[in-house]
Amino acid sequence: MNKKLTLAAALLAATVLSSAASAKTFVYCSEGSPEGFDPALYTAGTTFDAAAHTVYNRLLEFKPGTTETQPGIAESWEISDDGLEYTFKIRPGVKFQTTDFFTPSRDVNADDVIFSFERQLKADNPWHQYVAGAAWEYFNGMGFPDLIASIEKVDDMTVRFKLKQKEAPFLANVAMPFASIVSKEYADKLAADGKMEMLNQQPLGTGPFEFVAYQTDAVIRYRAHEDYWGGKQKIDDLVFAITTDAAVRYQKLKAGECHLMPFPNAADVAEMKNDPNLKVEEQEGLNVAYLAYNTTQAPFDNVNVRKALNMAINKQAIVDAVFQGAATPAKNPIPPTMWSYNDAIEDDAYDLDAAKKMLEEAGVKDLSMKIWAMPVARPYMLNARRAAELIQADFAKIGVTVEIVTYEWAEYLDRSKAKDRDGAVMLGWTGDNGDPDNFLHTLLGCDAVGGNNRAQWCNEEFNDLVVKAKATTDPAERTKLYEEAQVVFKREAPWATIDHSLSVVPMRKEVQGFHQSPLGDFAFEGVDLVE
Amino acid sequence: MLRFALGRLAVLIPTFIGVSIIAFAFIRILPGDPVMLMSGERVMAPERYEQITRQLGYDRPLPVQYFDYLTDILSGDFGNSIVTRRPVLDDFLTLFPATLELSFCAMFLAIIIGVPAGIFAAIRRGSFYDQTIMGTALVGYSMPIFWWGLLLIILFSGTLGWTPVSGRISLLYYFPPVTGFMLIDSLLSGQAGAFKSAVSHLILPSIVLGTIPLAVIARQTRSAMLEVLSEDYVRTARAKGLSPFRVVGIHALRNALIPVITTIGLQVGVLLAGAILTETIFSWPGIGKWMVDSVFKRDYPVIQSGLLIIAGVIMLVNLAVDLLYGLINPRIRH
Repeated sequence: MNKKLTLAAALLAATVLSSAASAKTFVYCSEGSPEGFDPALYTAGTTFDAAAHTVYNRLLEFKPGTTETQPGIAESWEISDDGLEYTFKIRPGVKFQTTDFFTPSRDVNADDVIFSFERQLKADNPWHQYVAGAAWEYFNGMGFPDLIASIEKVDDMTVRFKLKQKEAPFLANVAMPFASIVSKEYADKLAADGKMEMLNQQPLGTGPFEFVAYQTDAVIRYRAHEDYWGGKQKIDDLVFAITTDAAVRYQKLKAGECHLMPFPNAADVAEMKNDPNLKVEEQEGLNVAYLAYNTTQAPFDNVNVRKALNMAINKQAIVDAVFQGAATPAKNPIPPTMWSYNDAIEDDAYDLDAAKKMLEEAGVKDLSMKIWAMPVARPYMLNARRAAELIQADFAKIGVTVEIVTYEWAEYLDRSKAKDRDGAVMLGWTGDNGDPDNFLHTLLGCDAVGGNNRAQWCNEEFNDLVVKAKATTDPAERTKLYEEAQVVFKREAPWATIDHSLSVVPMRKEVQGFHQSPLGDFAFEGVDLVE
Repeated sequence: MLRFALGRLAVLIPTFIGVSIIAFAFIRILPGDPVMLMSGERVMAPERYEQITRQLGYDRPLPVQYFDYLTDILSGDFGNSIVTRRPVLDDFLTLFPATLELSFCAMFLAIIIGVPAGIFAAIRRGSFYDQTIMGTALVGYSMPIFWWGLLLIILFSGTLGWTPVSGRISLLYYFPPVTGFMLIDSLLSGQAGAFKSAVSHLILPSIVLGTIPLAVIARQTRSAMLEVLSEDYVRTARAKGLSPFRVVGIHALRNALIPVITTIGLQVGVLLAGAILTETIFSWPGIGKWMVDSVFKRDYPVIQSGLLIIAGVIMLVNLAVDLLYGLINPRIRH
């Protein structure tokens, strides 16, 4: 009897191990823990990677590796002539995942789509406060409450969004993680069981991978979704091994404990490129770092002063010192990977003599100013203090004295918004949806003064262009408007544009089919391991 | 003995209240506003800012907030994280076994190496061995944990490939946690090789976390032993012709151990502090990493309740050490 038991145990162990060995498991050394698994509740990329890009789909999806949209759960859509009505036709036969914790009885329909948005929109929806303090930060941040007039069910497979004003970026917005489609049937079951909070802990969607388990701060496990509408994935299991330290992530990658890692230390990249087991993919990130003058205060209200200062900044030196080459100097406020980027614009030459002369002509002598440097590393600026010191040294050469100031991060963000702020602020932006509106209008529009518009810059010509572009649905027409807006921006110089950082992704040689997203997402649909 | 224990326990109450005030006040003195941090570079509209602040109750006067907090805690409610929205106590209970397991192994390592090393150094006082042991202890004591951890990873995991880089167990093994202690759970799972994998994952972090306590224990044992060895009763024991092993191992050690146990008790605080760095390097899902993350995010409920629970644990350990003295040295309890 005893022998039999031992044998059975050994057999069981052997099957477990062999199944673990034969299944294709892709391990991603992620940089942090997800805040939760309901992407609409959060704003962090780490959370979107773990929840939105694995478990869920959206009406539209970003084409892998681009900022263009393609059909997702919506197989087609129509925009009314006045640009105020968007009618989405839902793809038939899109299956929700069948998991240990829930078995769906139906495919995606209009109810799921309406539920996914209304829970964020309507304060009287029972799910609006299903976790205490749910702020629906992105939904609000993208202006949806003021944009959506109504969401209607036309029939079981058709949904119509009525907007209050024209909004060309709307299609890109519904491809964002917060707009993920959740199952109303699953939500109803959780509500009936009195376990609403589980929606944020055991996600269930239509995406390429289904959620298996999360061991807090350690490991997230997913399995390929058998009935995925886009076809079953080539890998069987997807594992996120949470590894917060970049040096340790690199060691794990080297030891083969994971296949791909985000955010390497800049200093390690050269060594990674020489490792025969690794390959490194680089792409310009969808971001910009800038120095915003307060254009309402003398002498920075004078465009020639701003121009002169811009000419005195050696951007290449900043790129070399702070990024060790993993960035490009920026000439425009939007990154080169974004559509409508105006490459015809010439950057101000780095020319100290000309800058000095320009300052003199503007009647500015013995100028002393403050430069604000962020206290934290951001993707677009790894070391703001160092960059500020380089600018300080540059400005000293044209007779401008710089005092570098900084505050705790939340304080910094808050104080830098003030209209009467003293000094130029270093900050940056990472694009949300690949739409130029998300940079040009969000950061430089007149209604962002006192908020995101840190330059406090309200230029009528520029603002008219970006507002018009926002209301134009024809892509070619929009492109022209944005290109023109960039010319105005360059002429008026409300910012010194500093850099666009490269996103560097090291991975094992056997990784195939990974597309770096310009949006900074790490999504593993279509990934394979080939020895 | 019971009165002694109760007396010690009574002292804990004001200490606990003191800690709760400090934990509550300190995080609020720090600049940085959790609601503001939620939106990062994206600016939040002032109305929404006020709405969320109100929802979280941060618009009320501080004494009111503190009083509510204390009332909640006394009824066993430690609040919810404002980032993950999960109950703080749940997260603590999930993560604490990992820290406990690591700290226990680190301490075990520190004691089984530190105590004999200290004794040996004391017996051979001034010799080459003594100087080597004490020199090494000084280096160990001064070692920056972060640097030391990375060094070991690069050498043993990266270059030699002897140990895994980080984590608690190989990703090949998956079983739901039963006790939260990986060594025990891996045995319970019955999966071949799981226990071995768990042990191999524990080696480097235990060494890194145990280094400072080891150095302190070795030095403390040595000086305590030296003091005891020069006592009259030891000389008497020697004069009686007892074997050196009996003199040192039985007569001297028992008395030398009292200050050593104090030291070990005090090292619990050091372990928990060290765990913050060690857990970060080795991606060890414990409470050290959890606390650091919450400070960066100004997650008030996690910081204040987490600090309070950790302080509670340290106080209980100190209480246990006090009681242990009583057992070893009956004079103390009178």
